[in-house]
Amino acid sequence: MKENYPLVIIGAGPAGLAAATVAADHGVEVALLDEQPAPGGQIFRGIEAAPDERADKLGPEYLRGEKLVSAFRNSSARYYPDTKVWSLSEQRDIGVIHQQQAHMISAEQVLIANGAFERPVPFPGWTLPGVMNAGAGQILFKGSGIVPADGVVLAGSGPLLLLLAWQYLRAGVRVKAVLDTISRGNYIKALPKLPSALLVHHHITQGLRYQQTLRLAGVELHNGIRDLQAHGAESLESISYRHKGSNHTLETDSLMIHFGIIPNIHLSQAAGCDHFWHKRQQCWRPELDEWGSSSVKGILIAGDGGGIGGARTAEHAGRIAAFRVLYNLGVMNQQEMHLEAKQDRKWMKADLRIRPFLEKLFRIPESMLRVPHDDTIVCRCEEVTAREIRAAIADGHSDSNQVKFYTRCGMGPCQGRQCSQAVAHIVADQTSIPLQQSTQFRIRPPLKPLTLGQLASLYPDETE
Amino acid sequence: MKTDVIIIGGGLMGSSTALQLAMRGMHCTIVEKESPGRHASGVNAGGLRQLNRNPAEIPLTVEAAKMWRNIESLVDSDCDARFPGQLRVAENSDDLDLLEQRAALLHSLGYRHEEMIGRKELYQLAPALAPHCVGALICREDGYARPFHALTAFRHKARSLGVEYRVNTIVDGIEREAGNWRITTRKGEFQAPVLVNCAGGWAGQIAASLGEPVPLKPAAPMLMVTERLPHFIEPVIGSASRKLSFKQMQNGTLLVGGAHLASLDFHKEKSEIKWPKLAVSARSIMALFPQLKDVRIVRVWAGIEAFMPDNLPVICKSSTAEDAYHAFGFSAHGFQLSPLIGRILAELIVDGTSNFPIEPFNITRF
Amino acid sequence: MFKRLDESPPSTVTVVINGRSVVVPQGESVAAAVLAENIGHTRTTPVKQQPRAPFCMMGVCFDCLMVIDGIPNQQACMVQVRDGMRIERQHGSGV
Ligand SMILES: Cc1cc2nc3c(=O)[nH]c(=O)nc-3n(C[C@H](O)[C@H](O)[C@H](O)COP(=O)(O)OP(=O)(O)OC[C@H]3O[C@@H](n4cnc5c(N)ncnc54)[C@H](O)[C@@H]3O)c2cc1C
Ligand SMILES: Cc1cc2nc3c(=O)[nH]c(=O)nc-3n(C[C@H](O)[C@H](O)[C@H](O)COP(=O)(O)OP(=O)(O)OC[C@H]3O[C@@H](n4cnc5c(N)ncnc54)[C@H](O)[C@@H]3O)c2cc1C
Ligand code: FES
Repeated sequence: MKENYPLVIIGAGPAGLAAATVAADHGVEVALLDEQPAPGGQIFRGIEAAPDERADKLGPEYLRGEKLVSAFRNSSARYYPDTKVWSLSEQRDIGVIHQQQAHMISAEQVLIANGAFERPVPFPGWTLPGVMNAGAGQILFKGSGIVPADGVVLAGSGPLLLLLAWQYLRAGVRVKAVLDTISRGNYIKALPKLPSALLVHHHITQGLRYQQTLRLAGVELHNGIRDLQAHGAESLESISYRHKGSNHTLETDSLMIHFGIIPNIHLSQAAGCDHFWHKRQQCWRPELDEWGSSSVKGILIAGDGGGIGGARTAEHAGRIAAFRVLYNLGVMNQQEMHLEAKQDRKWMKADLRIRPFLEKLFRIPESMLRVPHDDTIVCRCEEVTAREIRAAIADGHSDSNQVKFYTRCGMGPCQGRQCSQAVAHIVADQTSIPLQQSTQFRIRPPLKPLTLGQLASLYPDETE
Repeated sequence: MKTDVIIIGGGLMGSSTALQLAMRGMHCTIVEKESPGRHASGVNAGGLRQLNRNPAEIPLTVEAAKMWRNIESLVDSDCDARFPGQLRVAENSDDLDLLEQRAALLHSLGYRHEEMIGRKELYQLAPALAPHCVGALICREDGYARPFHALTAFRHKARSLGVEYRVNTIVDGIEREAGNWRITTRKGEFQAPVLVNCAGGWAGQIAASLGEPVPLKPAAPMLMVTERLPHFIEPVIGSASRKLSFKQMQNGTLLVGGAHLASLDFHKEKSEIKWPKLAVSARSIMALFPQLKDVRIVRVWAGIEAFMPDNLPVICKSSTAEDAYHAFGFSAHGFQLSPLIGRILAELIVDGTSNFPIEPFNITRF
Repeated sequence: MFKRLDESPPSTVTVVINGRSVVVPQGESVAAAVLAENIGHTRTTPVKQQPRAPFCMMGVCFDCLMVIDGIPNQQACMVQVRDGMRIERQHGSGV
């Protein structure tokens, strides 16, 4: 690994792969860093290694990734798998762990393409073994061909939930129930957002058509469920929920939950980029211009890390950002940049037309985000409950960071990734300060596990 | 609004002062530009250290240590304080010489709280230490507490005695009018006969507006904390020749400091971690505890603190303005002193003089 | 409970999970290998000693911490299996 590159890209999902390929094809020396062992990001995880039968079960959208990855493999971009980025400064110093060795490198331009993760929504019992994110279930499937043994329940909301149910069905997994938190009201609010033709043909809403397939296969499918709870002593034994005014219980040892995905903004926050609360997507995202440039010079963001747009939009955004980088590095003039980006802009615009519809349809009920049950563990690491957080707020600790100092919520190893959203919602709810005006947890590096030994190996010439 | 005393800054110094004044029956209003404990008082290392203080501070630190032992009687909470001792470890004979000189100096001043211990006792107290160390200077009464909890306890107690906190309220203007201080903020005006400057890193600005500028330098010392580990060490470990302060907290995490500074954009209140310096800290730990090589760092941060050129605080009545007082410039070791600072200021304000030798901390020394 | 689909992995390695030798496909994560073994929880928490298992599988939640080759607090979902690797449930802060 060199000490300096004209362009460093963080993340080898659709956005990073597309950007790296474009930049490399224009003769720029680019290093693509990704913590996974192989390229593909979240959606195309394991794409190079998955046996054909598994890839087939995962569906046609998964196979799209092959093209993207092979174009990247054929380019001159330098690829560093198993490489974690643990810090990023405003001056574009990049802390990296590559093959267990810590490095500090720098770049003239940095493209953050680190994607999204599943929105954590605390509910009673969500920490029990046997309860897992649906995306995690899908990772097990994509990466290892591992599926629930029998009678899995899927609950929550979002395209991924239905997709996974469909993928499980194709793999012969018995799906006991799909419990969707979206209500009829969401449908009614969402439908005007969209010409129906798009609804039928768009790759993401295919999931809605899967509903029918699921019903035909005899899967119990309920919309508008509330008050989801997981029960069990050492691990999951059953779940309960409310539907149409009555309580229901289901026995199961496997619950896959999903509440949409949110941008992974720890790197952009660490670098000091400006962020804002996006009401429709119910998450924070970085302020970006039409090229993906952030508020910090030389730092661009593309893909879901810049706001949820899905895999195809990520790919286009990656290329658009790459053209901007080529301009910033003096490889292209302004006219060329605009011309080159034109096609991707057009495709991206078309692909994004579905978003307002999805955002309305799959909107998570605010009542769930506020963590209604006091006994619910909000901070999985430090095991802080909603009650403790509310008590801290009542005691005058009136923003997220004060709550963190006082309760240790967000101070554990996940660094608040799993609780920051819920804490922000609870604070907003208790203090009546709207989310868009609230403060988030301050981001503290290292963003990925860095050991004392690894840190000690850096800057060997530095003395007290 | 009117009150007896306006205190600028809701950190520990401001809160402790308000508490002591309230105990003497005065009505205090604390004006805090962010939230109590947002700066140094909430994010410091929590070290309760008498060890290795400047001789001028010794009478104060010794009294403050007594107060910490009994802190519950003051603020109704033990602030999670522990007293397993603090050590300065010697790794060679040069280190030993240095520590012995220090011990001799202290003894010549008539104090006994710091003493030398040999290799054998060192390894009884800290068996996890690498085997090459040769001895240490120890203060057995030292320890640590949890800063944000301490601050919260002070704040609770102060409020229960009628102290008012005005948070998210920046003091923009200070004027003296007919024997009264008039403090302007965007959230209204405050008036009181007495003004106290406990504005931490910003106290220089307040002093300047009172006509007595000081060479205060705001800077941001860094700290790092690791994941939880099974308990393996009791005392706080420092070193004779390294910038290091190392302790295992109540919950098993390791807290590592060493007064290395982050780069600070004071105006934006933004600090950027200086990894080269933390790498040095990490090497110091590797030298003393090589078994910790695979331990993961969970968080690194820096907090804004006021540093004076001589690393001694300013604690005094204003030399230019009537009924104005200062307590700032604690140069990264004010946490331990904080319970006493409130008492000293209350004495100055109520009695006109303090029982403690505070001449070295006068603002006129610069 | 999990199961493996009926696929024939191209190559395998042998790891030791809580003292038991297990043959697993090369290249998969420790968390996947452990979940396929259905060992129940993979760690207990340091604060309230509660059982936990991998939750996100993508390095975000830190609920998959295990003792791998004697070193505690390893993220099982981010580490690939290696031949001869010893994988153990982690109790609390890592003893
Ligand atoms: C678990 C999960 C499953 C999903 N499954 C589907 C699906 O089946 N179908 C679908 O249409 N959409 C799916 N999505 C959404 C889809 O992943 C995204 O829309 C798309 O992948 C976005 O592409 P991207 O390039 O922005 O980011 P990603 O594809 O997420 O790629 C980001 C990459 O960055 C890497 N990375 C992140 N942080 C660091 C760091 N600090 N250091 C080094 N590397 C880092 C990650 O390992 C990852 O490889 C899923 C999302 C998630 C979270
Ligand atoms: C990283 C670090 C580690 C440390 N470790 C230790 C240790 O182990 N042991 C020890 O004894 N000491 C330690 N210290 C030092 C100790 O924390 C400080 O000396 C002490 O907290 C100072 O308290 P304070 O109230 O003066 O300052 P602060 O806590 O900074 O409070 C000052 C307050 O004034 C407010 N303010 C400023 N200007 C205005 C204005 N114009 N209007 C309204 N409000 C204003 C600020 O917002 C701030 O909250 C450490 C300090 C740091 C930064
Ligand atoms: S399962 Fe979430 S970090 Fe490994």
